This record gives sequence, structure tokens and C-alpha cells, in this order.
Amino acid sequence: MTNSWTDIKNADVIWIMGGNAAEAHPCGFKWVTEAKAERGAKLMVVDPRFNRSAAVADHYAPIRSGSDITFLSGVINYLLTNDKIHKEYVRNYTNAAFIVRDDFEFNEGLFSGYDESKRSYDRSTWEYKFGDDGFALRDMTLQDPRCVFQLMKKHFAQYTPELVERVSGTPKDKFLKVADWVASTANGERAMTIMYALGWTQHSHGAQNIRCAAMIQLLCGNIGIPGGGVNALRGHSNVQGITDVGTLTAAIPGYLALPTEQEPTLESHLAKRTFKPLTPNQTSYWQNYRKFYVSFLKTQFGANATKENEFGYNYLPKLDGIYDCIKMFDLMHQGKTNGLLCQGFNPLMAIPNTNKSREALSKLKFLVSMDPIETDTARFWENHGEFNNIDPAKVQTEVFMLPVTSFAEEEGSVTNSSRVIQWKWKAADPYFESRTDIDILADLFVRMRKMYEKDGGKGKEALLAVDWSYKDPLHPSVDELQTELNGKALTDLKDAEGKVVRAAGQRLASFGEMRDDGSTDGCMWIYTGFYGPTGNMAQRRDNSDPSGLGVYGNWGFSWPANRRIQYNRASADPDGKPWSEAKKYMYWNGERWTGPDVPDYVPTIPPDRAVGPFIMNAEGVSRLWVRGLMADGPFPVHMEPFESPVGNLVFPKLKGNPVARVFKGDLEALGTSKDFPIVGTTYRLTEHFHYWTKAVHANAVMQPEFFVEMSEELAKEKGIKHGQQVRVWSKRGEVKGKAVVTKRLKPFKIDGKTVHEVGLPLNFGFIGETKKASPINGLTSAIGDSNSQTPEYKAFLVNVEPIAGPVA
Amino acid sequence: MFTPVPNPTTSPVAAKFGQQDLIRRSASSITPPAKRQTEVAKLIDVSKCIGCKACQVACLEWNNLTEEVGVNVGVYDNPHDLTANTWTLMRYTEYENAESGNLEWLIRKDGCMHCEDPGCLKACPAPGAIVQYSNGIVDFDHDKCIGCGYCIKGCPFNIPRISQVDQKAYKCSLCSDRIAVGQGPACQKACPTQAIVFGTKDEMKQWADHRIKDLKSRGFKNAGLYDPPGVGGTHVMYVLQHVDKPQIYAGLPNNPSISPLVEVWKGVTKYVGLAAIGAFAAFGFLHHALAGANRVTEEDEENAERLTEGRR
Amino acid sequence: MSKSEVDAGDSVHPGKPVIVDRYTLPARINHWITAISLVLLALSGLALFTPALYFLTGLFGGGQLTRIIHPWIGVVLFVSFLGLFFRFFRLNLWEKTDSVWMSRLRDVLAGDENKLPEVGKYNAGQKMVFWSMSLFILVLITSGVVIWDQYFGNYFTIEQKRIAVLIHSATAIVAICVWIVHVYAAIWVRGTIGAMTRGKVTGGWAWRHHRRWLKELVTGKN
Repeated sequence: MTNSWTDIKNADVIWIMGGNAAEAHPCGFKWVTEAKAERGAKLMVVDPRFNRSAAVADHYAPIRSGSDITFLSGVINYLLTNDKIHKEYVRNYTNAAFIVRDDFEFNEGLFSGYDESKRSYDRSTWEYKFGDDGFALRDMTLQDPRCVFQLMKKHFAQYTPELVERVSGTPKDKFLKVADWVASTANGERAMTIMYALGWTQHSHGAQNIRCAAMIQLLCGNIGIPGGGVNALRGHSNVQGITDVGTLTAAIPGYLALPTEQEPTLESHLAKRTFKPLTPNQTSYWQNYRKFYVSFLKTQFGANATKENEFGYNYLPKLDGIYDCIKMFDLMHQGKTNGLLCQGFNPLMAIPNTNKSREALSKLKFLVSMDPIETDTARFWENHGEFNNIDPAKVQTEVFMLPVTSFAEEEGSVTNSSRVIQWKWKAADPYFESRTDIDILADLFVRMRKMYEKDGGKGKEALLAVDWSYKDPLHPSVDELQTELNGKALTDLKDAEGKVVRAAGQRLASFGEMRDDGSTDGCMWIYTGFYGPTGNMAQRRDNSDPSGLGVYGNWGFSWPANRRIQYNRASADPDGKPWSEAKKYMYWNGERWTGPDVPDYVPTIPPDRAVGPFIMNAEGVSRLWVRGLMADGPFPVHMEPFESPVGNLVFPKLKGNPVARVFKGDLEALGTSKDFPIVGTTYRLTEHFHYWTKAVHANAVMQPEFFVEMSEELAKEKGIKHGQQVRVWSKRGEVKGKAVVTKRLKPFKIDGKTVHEVGLPLNFGFIGETKKASPINGLTSAIGDSNSQTPEYKAFLVNVEPIAGPVA
Repeated sequence: MFTPVPNPTTSPVAAKFGQQDLIRRSASSITPPAKRQTEVAKLIDVSKCIGCKACQVACLEWNNLTEEVGVNVGVYDNPHDLTANTWTLMRYTEYENAESGNLEWLIRKDGCMHCEDPGCLKACPAPGAIVQYSNGIVDFDHDKCIGCGYCIKGCPFNIPRISQVDQKAYKCSLCSDRIAVGQGPACQKACPTQAIVFGTKDEMKQWADHRIKDLKSRGFKNAGLYDPPGVGGTHVMYVLQHVDKPQIYAGLPNNPSISPLVEVWKGVTKYVGLAAIGAFAAFGFLHHALAGANRVTEEDEENAERLTEGRR
Repeated sequence: MSKSEVDAGDSVHPGKPVIVDRYTLPARINHWITAISLVLLALSGLALFTPALYFLTGLFGGGQLTRIIHPWIGVVLFVSFLGLFFRFFRLNLWEKTDSVWMSRLRDVLAGDENKLPEVGKYNAGQKMVFWSMSLFILVLITSGVVIWDQYFGNYFTIEQKRIAVLIHSATAIVAICVWIVHVYAAIWVRGTIGAMTRGKVTGGWAWRHHRRWLKELVTGKN
């Protein structure tokens, strides 16, 4: 989230799209009801289904799954053509004024530089025009035909309300109401928050969905202000924390990058990331990348990280590609992987194309499942009839189940969507033989290191170089681990005048104290300060809100730097005055930036220095046009899902995202709208937490059985009765469940053709307390987004038929 | 935000109400306390409810109830009805509002309404099995319950259920055990959106006004508070978007009152019946006293003997 | 008059006094099962009917047991009464003279039976007890099933149960009143109880109260 959960109460308009906050985030949703009840905020929900968020919304607009870019581009066009934008914000705080290179082009859905054989773009033309001084050229009047603003107007002009209706199936009046409510916040007086989740990300063009949202918010001036923001709602408790600490396959903790094969030296790696400012006076905070990186290496390799060996840079693996879980399963399927360690993960359920996953697991030598509960993955080898049809005799994989403590059986921190790190205390003793993840991993590491010491092996050097100097190597303490995350001074840190600002051994108070000479460590710069010299900030539980704006500054610790709203300098105009009294947040008081939050800015830089509020960006401003930073284009383009009931009505030549990741066999496993005329989409139910709570009796009582939601019209067409057993199948697999025939789903009219959509809740499987069901991802395709590799779970093609079976 | 009931202290707290605060006790006549405690109420704001069922789970957990895992029958309602273990249940209704043209998904948390004039208590034959505290809570005492199911017949809202295990009646207790120590009910505690709030009845009415104003501003001109006078008002109240049509909320009664059949059964029948039995018995005594026994006389016997002589 | 007033097992034993067999042993057992059931039902029913009599549940081992036992006794009563019904219904059919008898209730109450028509095995009052009990028991078992939640709770609506419970209790009250009449009559008319205990009455009793029956028993014709 750019903002925080508690900040949502400041919103005047709340837009939920690509998510279902009421069902997937019911606790955070309280701030939506709060904004509605106490502020008179309007809530609008755009979703293929009239879901439980829509049940409490003021306005609901239907949309066909996978057509979000068109809808959102329609909103962008509405704002631009009706001049409903926050002009001063756009001019000063976005790159609208930046001039783009002349050879950057856009034709029939494709940008310049496309190479069809490689399914990728050469992005070199996606760049600004630079002046002789090395800075990007700008036209602050926004009139230059090559400025981002004018390119944008041209790019989005065709996304009219009529087109939105034709492509997305949203009735024009319902679309216009959304656009109108969005526009009502483009003024600095009112704010809109956008809440999204995996309904936007899980598409072959997911990242571009979110781009659209960012652009809308920037046009409205809704970034950096209370009640604004583009707010990604994280779907697991602490999934924010887990991505923060670097489980992203191409990242090390704190969103720093893992080296690639093209970066043989530390300097070559840093050179690509230590961004120099693109306009004068800008902070371009990534100039500090080196400090964070070296501090990380010092934590990782301790005394083995020296200036001479580039702080152990070469102990890090160098990526030759992307190794996300889809790729891992593809490699397993090819027989190239021997073992898999699943820690709190149920990939048989979570990964698309279950049949392939099951075959992949069968090819392993060993599978380790570390989990508090028994997962379907750990039982993949067991025959459960149609729900998991496998011959155990043919599976040679040895499966180890290591029982792990549940969250309540160990102390530690949890980071929520608001980026707030909160401590939890141990509430119960571990059950039976379960051990904490830390203890299991430490035990594994120590054993493996011993084996390497004795027998050697590939990567021995790196493994032995790892600093494992815990007091008890088998049980690293929480204090030790937190100190690692936070960072400490390794020698006395002195300021320019030679005064010691941080004594050797002391923990750092902020990442501003990190150094690039090896005198500090700290493996996760963004968390620095949460376990600073004054103690464990995550344990703070002061729920006072002095400003009344939901800024609980002394509750937990919000990374970075305990900041609650990111880019908050943008809440004031270029002169440092609040855009309005209603949205007064961070402002210049003549001496420094002040307000209820920690400024996302150097607090003493006066407004007249014209330092942009987006200090992480080399431009100092936000980007409406993202240069070469995204694989599939600097502007969003309407792309259909790979399986779509219609062709691309805007750019007929585009078949799906032209640069999406496609594995061998993926395209062959796609169905056509002739055989599979119905759109399928998957989602969670509020009664369950992903694939976990099907193991919990009370949750199973609340939603006991898999079902298929469909419109009354589709049910009538197919002769399906309410509560009847139906079969849903795609080119890749099939599932069976009860029909929930509902008014909450309605057929779409797409380009004059009736298109049905069915809803498929994902929480059911063959292990647990709920009735057995086939894994829903037997239906879905593994084709993934070109930027995030996230598979297209949310839009695919299926067919439906009634079958004999227990009729409820 | 409605100020939530603060977390409890960890040290024991004396119960705030008990037997001395009963204003009604089933099948018993009691002298109510001179001073009533402040009436409490739970307010369920249907317009804020997201149907997450956290209240249902909280109810199971707090009351240590175990419900069976059922099946899906084509709806979101699970279980499909209140049971002896499910004391509260979300009921989902898809309502097409002809006036606005909008679909509305009405989600009502069903459960005991804690009537001021409780029909269950009126119907109950077991002394003390159902009690009403002066704060308005209607509670079942399972040690005294005999499982006759009369409460079901007395209830205008179809709430109590008989357990198939111990054949006793169960329903929401308004978490009388929690409220006795200054806590709100478990469902209220679990509700993420303050669709359930708890406080004194006056506070709840005020809060409802605040909510109704908001709903009216959003075009729900018939928004209102459901506190049906037919049962003397309730200690569980609803804020409804359409208070003029409570029946669209999964059959919430329009103007509930204790059934006249129950009133007759538990009222006039009881007295007339006992009086009739008494009268008949009294008549016997009286008649016997006045008319004396109807004895067979010697003459009768002789007549009989004479009659039978012919056969000898 | 063509109908015989004599039941199988009725017979006269001349002597001093004359002894008349009125009820066979099976009939008496049948009666007493019915009678005991009815008393137990009345007691348990009244206990559940009014708080003033709730203490009566103590006789049955408490409220729960009372609630459990009552309907089962009802079943026993119903079956048992069915036996009585088929045993007795023929001689309880209504006749013209019964109406005459009824119209002279004053004489009946005064014990002035000479002013009444000669009575067969059953007088009009007894017949009314018989038929009203038949009707009431049918109503009670039917309405009782409707409110027997443990086994039939799912088959009826609450509104049906409300109607049933009202009918059940009202009928039970009336039935108890009729029962009082029945019992009182048996006490008031001395010599009656022996009919149901030993199965015998004296000839004088029969002469006085059921002369037509006695005559037919003796003469073999009516």
C-alpha cells in the first residue's frame, strides 16, 4: 500500500476493483465502512461478480474478467478529454512535461522495438530526450506534441465509454458513474483510494492493470495525500513481510536485486542501479543503493566480506534467468530438479495446471513439506479418486513432513499491507513435535555445512562463507535475527566533524546511517530502525492518533522510516502549502516539513529548491510514462487474456500480451472460444483463508463445499438447477461442484455477443475438513505476466454442463 | 466509530447481574427488583454487514459449540438454518430493488432478538428454564430445561432449537456471561466492520439514528430501526435499508408479536381449564353431599332374584 | 328393539344375591391399562400445562423425564383405548331411549331411576363418556404427534404446532372433566367399582341400573 489501512478512513471515494476487500480483507475493510459512515464517502465496486464488497457499495459496475485495461484506460480518457485532472499536480509531480524520444512509436498495439521471435521488446527507444546538460527535456506548458502528456492524450483517445461497453461489457451509464466519481477527486479537495488485489495482478497483463490505476491516481493528484493511494491489499498475513525479506526470486531483502550473469563485479551491478538524477536538484534516493547493498553483504558474510573481495559479492549466485515457482515446476517437470522444499506452501493447489504439477512432483527424488498443517501437496502421491487421480505405486518421490509451529506458537513480527511491522507474542506452546521454521532451517544449514566441510561440493565456498555466528547455531535467537535485519555499526561511525554518531556494536536508528565502506551491516535497509537503539519498535502499541487522520505513529513500525503515507511531500503544493485544508498533511512551515507523519523527503529542504516529491525516482517526479521500466510497454495497452471469448477488439493483431512468459506447451494447452465459450475466474471466499482453513473445522462449517457461481441465464441455457452438481472443464482439466445460481452474476454483451462468466472459489481441495474437491488450478494456465510472471488465474475459458450427482 | 468495549482486565470481576436481577422467570411468579438495570441492546446494522460470518465463528468458539460440516445447497447460507449449535446465522437474500433498478444483497444476521416480552419465556413450562434479566437479556438455563419445545412455539422469530443430543433448547444468550463482566457479546467483538455494536439500548437507538441519517443520504428513504413494538421492543435491533419491508430480509417478521394461539394457550386456557376441572370435581362432592350415594336397595336385589328364579 | 344388549362373557349366576358377570378379565385389564395411562397422562400433562402443578413432574423423575414419558404413555393409552373401543363400541351405539334418558337428567342426578326408561348394558351417560373419550383420545393422539418434537419436529410448521398444542391442552382439559364425571359416577353409583375390579355386580345393581341388560341376560331375549 502507498497509504495505510487506517488512512482509508480519510477517503471521499473508495474504488475497489481487481479485489474484493470485504471478503478477502474483512478486518481492514472496517476502514472503508468507517469512511462511509463517518465521512460520507462513496464506495464503488467494479467486478465481474456482485460480491460482498458490492453488497455494501454505493455503486456497482460489472466488468468482464481480463478487460480491466480497457475500463481503466476509459477512465483515463474521460479525465483527459473532460479536463478533470489535478493540473498543478500533474504538471509538477508527474513526468507529464517530459519530452520523449522521437523514435519511440506506438502502432496497432505494439511499441517500437518489438521482436516477435523473442517475444520481447528492445526498449532502447522508450526514453526521454536529453539536453546537452545530460538532463531530460521538459515542456512545463505540456503543449509539446512529444511530451508525455500529449502522447498520453493521443494514446488513450480511442478508449471511449462506447468502447468500454463493447469490450468490457460494462453498461455505459455504469461506467460513466465510475468515471464521474473518480473525476470528483481530481482537485486536491477530495481524495480517492484505490483498493486492489490479485484480481488485477493475476493476468498476463497484470502489472499494466496497476499501471493504469497509478496513472489515474496521478492525474487526480491522489498519491501522497491522506485518503488517496494505490493500495495493494496483501492476501496472507505477513505476505508483505515475506516479500520484504526477499523471497522474490530475483531479489535480496529490501527489494534490492540479485546479481545477474551480466554483472560479474559489484561495480557492474551497482552501476546499473545507482540512478543519477534526470533533472536538476533531484534526490534520486537510489544513489544510496551501494550503502544498502554493502550492508546486506556484510550481514550475509560477516568477516568474510571485505573490501578486497567486493564484500563477498561473488558468493552470491548470478541469475541466468527467472526462477519463480512456475519455472521451478517446469524444471521439475523436465526432470531437471531433484528435490523441493515447501515451506508454508501448497503448490499443488497454488500453481496453475495441476496435472502438470502432479507429474512434476512425481519426478522428484524427495519432497519436504514444512507446514503446521497437512497440505494437499504433501499428499500429492495419494489417490483421492477423481479429486487427485494418481497411482501411488508409480510415484518414487520420498516425502518428508516436518511439522512447524503455527503463528501463535512462536514470537516474531508480522508485516501487514500498510507496511506496519507488528510484534506478536507467543500464545501457546508448540504442538507435539513441531519446531519453528528458524530451528528447522538452522538445523538443516548446520548439517549441510558439516557435510560440505567434510565432503565438499558445488558452491562450497559461498556456503562456508556465510556468517552463522549465532550464539547457538542451532537456535538463532529472535534478537540476533532482528539485529541482522535492522543493521548495526561495525566500527564507530563518525560524522563529517569526526564526532561518533553511532558506537561500534550499536544498532542503527535508520538506513540513513548505513555506509558503503563495510562499517555497517543490516540485511534489509527498509526495515532499519524497527529494531533500533531504543528497542523493538514493532512492539509499540500506542493507539493515539493526535491528528485524527489515522496516523498511529507510535503503533508498531511502518517501513520505511516509520512512514505511514509514502510520497507524502505531494500532499502540499510546489510552494509547500497544503493543497487544501481538507487534505492538510505534510507541509513546509518555513523551516522544515512538518505534519503528523514522517516526511518522505529531506525534512529541511525548502520548497524553492524544487526537489520533486518522488525522491526514489531519478526524475524526482512520478511517471505517467514509465520509460523502459516495464517489459510490455511504457503505456498500458488493451490486451486480451490468452484465453478470451473474443478477439482483441481494439488491436486485432494482439493475441494476449505479446511479451508474456510462455513455456513450451502452454500455447498448445489453450482452449478456443468455440469449445470453451464461457469465461472462468477464480477467487477466495471470506470464510476461508486460501488453502489453509479447509483444515479448520469451524471454517469448513461456514463454507463446506466447492461450488460454481453462475447467472440465472446461463443456468437456464444449460438446464442447470439451483444446487445441482455441475462439471466445469477447460482445455487443461476439470472440476465438479454444486451450482450456485445467482442474480449476482449477469451475462455480458461483448461486441454484440452474449458472454457468460462463471465464478470458481479456490479454497477447496482433497485434504482437510471440507468436502473433497478437485484443485481449481487444474483449470488454469501457467502463462504469466511479462513483468511479474504471475499466472493468469483470473481469466480463462471453460465450459459447463449439469451432471448427475447429489442434488442438494 | 462507535467506541468499542475495551478489552477485559485479566483479574476476576464480579458479575454485574444475577438472579437478583430477574424480571421474569418462566413458570414462576417472582418479585422483580425495585430498580431495573439499564437496558442493554445489540444493534445489527445490515447496511454495514459484509457477510463474513466472523460472528458465526466467534459464537461457536466462545460458546464452545461444534457444528457439523454440511454441504452446499446452492446458497451462501451455512449451516442452512439455526441449530442447537448455531445460535446465529447469516442469511443472504438477493433483492432486486424495482425502484432503483439495483440489485441488493441483503445479509441479515439471524438469532435471538431478546424480546422485552419474550414469547419463549411465556410458553416455557419449566420453572426458571428461561429467565429475563432486568437489563433485557433473555437467557436459557439448560439445567432446568426439559426439552419440551414450547419455547419454539412461543417465539415469534423462530429462534430456539432443540438439540438432538441432549434434547434441550438452545439459542443466543447475548453472551450474558461476557456482559456480566463488562464485555460485549462475542459476535460484536469479532465483527470487523462494526455492523454489530453493543451498548445500552438508548445508546443503540441514538447510534441507529446516526446510521439511518447516513442511509437516507444515500437514497434509502425507508431506512429505519427495527425494534418491533409487538413484542415490547427487542434487545437485539436491526438497522434496515428498508424497514418498511422487513420480510425481504429472509423473512424477518413484519410486525411480530406472540402468536394469539400461544396467548390463549398460556393465558385463558390455563385458568379456564383449571377452573373447569375444579368445577367438575366440586360438583361431584357437592352432588354426593346433597344427593347421597346411589345405593342398590334390598328391593332391587329381590327383584333381581325374582327375575332369575324362573331360570333356576 | 332388535339389538342384543349382551356382550360375550356377560352371564348371570342366580343366588342370594344374584351375581352378574359384567366384564371379562381381558376387558378389565384393558380398562385398567387405559385408566392408569390416563391418570398418568393427566398428571404429567397437567404438570407441563401449568406451573402450579409443575411439582407433579417429581412423580416421573423430573421435567425431562416427564416430557419424555408423557407422549409414550399417550401411545400406550391410544393402543389400549383402541382395544376398549372395539370391545365396547357396539353396545355404546346411541338409541332413541338414550335421548329420553338424557332429557331426564334431573331424575338421573336424583337417582330416581324408576322414572327413566329401562337401560341396557350402558346408559346414555356412559355412552357419552365412551364416545367423547373416543373422540378426545383421537384428537389428543393426533395433536400430540404434531407437538412430539423429538420425532416429528420436522414434519410440521410452527404454526401447526401452535394450533396443535392449543387443541391438545383444551381437549385434555375437557377429557379430564369427562373423566371426573366417569370416576364420580362410578363412586356415586355404589356397587359399580366391583364391575371393573372383580368383573361382577349384584343382580340388584343390574336391576336398578341396567334392567334391560339384566332381563335379556336372564330371558335370553330383548
